[in-house]
Amino acid sequence: MLTGKVALVTGASRGIGKAIALDLAAQGATVIGTATSEGGAEKISAYLSEAGAQGAGKCLNVTDAQMITDVLAEITKEFGVPTILVNNAGITRDNLLMRMKDEEWDDIIQTNLSSVYRMSKACLRGMMKAKGGRIINIASVVGVMGNAGQTNYAAAKAGIIGFSKSLAREVGARNITVNTIAPGFIDTDMTRALPEEQRAALTNQIPLSRLGEPEDIAKSVTFLAGEGGSYITGQTLNVNGGMYMI
Amino acid sequence: MSSIEERVKKIVVEQLGVEEDQVTADASFVDDLGADSLDTVELVMALEEEFDCEIPDEEAEKIATLAQAKAYIEANLD
Repeated sequence: MLTGKVALVTGASRGIGKAIALDLAAQGATVIGTATSEGGAEKISAYLSEAGAQGAGKCLNVTDAQMITDVLAEITKEFGVPTILVNNAGITRDNLLMRMKDEEWDDIIQTNLSSVYRMSKACLRGMMKAKGGRIINIASVVGVMGNAGQTNYAAAKAGIIGFSKSLAREVGARNITVNTIAPGFIDTDMTRALPEEQRAALTNQIPLSRLGEPEDIAKSVTFLAGEGGSYITGQTLNVNGGMYMI
Repeated sequence: MSSIEERVKKIVVEQLGVEEDQVTADASFVDDLGADSLDTVELVMALEEEFDCEIPDEEAEKIATLAQAKAYIEANLD
C-alpha cells in the first residue's frame, strides 16, 4: 500500500500516464498528474476525484525549468513532498534520419529526455530530506531494440536508461531507487497513429499476441513504487509481451 | 541565539555523523571527516535551510571546512 505517499506522474491526462496515476491512487497514494494544458489538468483532477482518490491535475510544461520549480513548490505546499516520481511524459516526431529536421530531433530530446533530468533533479532534494524515494522512468522497447523512423525517439529513450543507471548509483546510499520501465507496443493514442498493417505486423511479433494495455504498465510501476521495489535499482523492466527478450 | 559557528557545527555533526570535537575550524569535510561528494551536497542543502538562503553551486564547491562555511554565511547574510 502507498497510503500517505505523494506521487507525481508527468503526462497523466491519457494513455499510460493516466493508468499509472489511477493505479497508484488505487494503492492509496496521493497522486499529482501533470498535463501540458489547463484542460488536460482539469481532466486529471476529474478522473482522480471520480475514483475517490486524493490529489489533483496540474498544468506543467516539462521542458520549462522555472515552471517545474514553481509547480513543485505548489505541490509540496498543498500535498507534501513527492517521494514517488514517474517520468512518463513523452511525444513522437517520427521521420527517417535523412529527412529529419533539427526541430524534430530537438523536440524529442527536450520533451522525452531533458525533462527526465529536470524533473529528477527538482524532486531529489525532497526525497533526500525524506530519506527515501522512488524514481520510475518510462522509456520504450524502441530505446532497447531500435526502430526505423525513430532515431530521435530511440536515442532519447536509450538515454533515459543510461541516465537512470547512473543516478541509481549516485543516490542509492540515500535509499532512493531509480528504475526504468521499457514498455513494448501499448494500445494508446501514440500507437493508434500507426497504420493498421503495421499494427497487425507488430502483433505477430509479440509472443503474448496482443498489444499491451496501459494497465499492464501501470501495474509494473506500482510494483516498483511499493514494497516490491525495495531492493531493485538501476534496472530496466521490459514490459513488452515478449516481443523483445533481453 | 547560538553563534553562526555553533549552528554550522551542529549541522556538520548531524550530516556527517561525526563527533563535535572532530569538527575543527579547518578540518576538511572530505579528507578529515570522511564526507563523500553526495554528503557535501546534502550539507550545503542543510546550511541553506538553516540560514534560509540559496548557495550557488560555484560557491558551494568552495565550502570545504567549517571556517569556510562560516565565512561564506557571514559574508552573505545580513
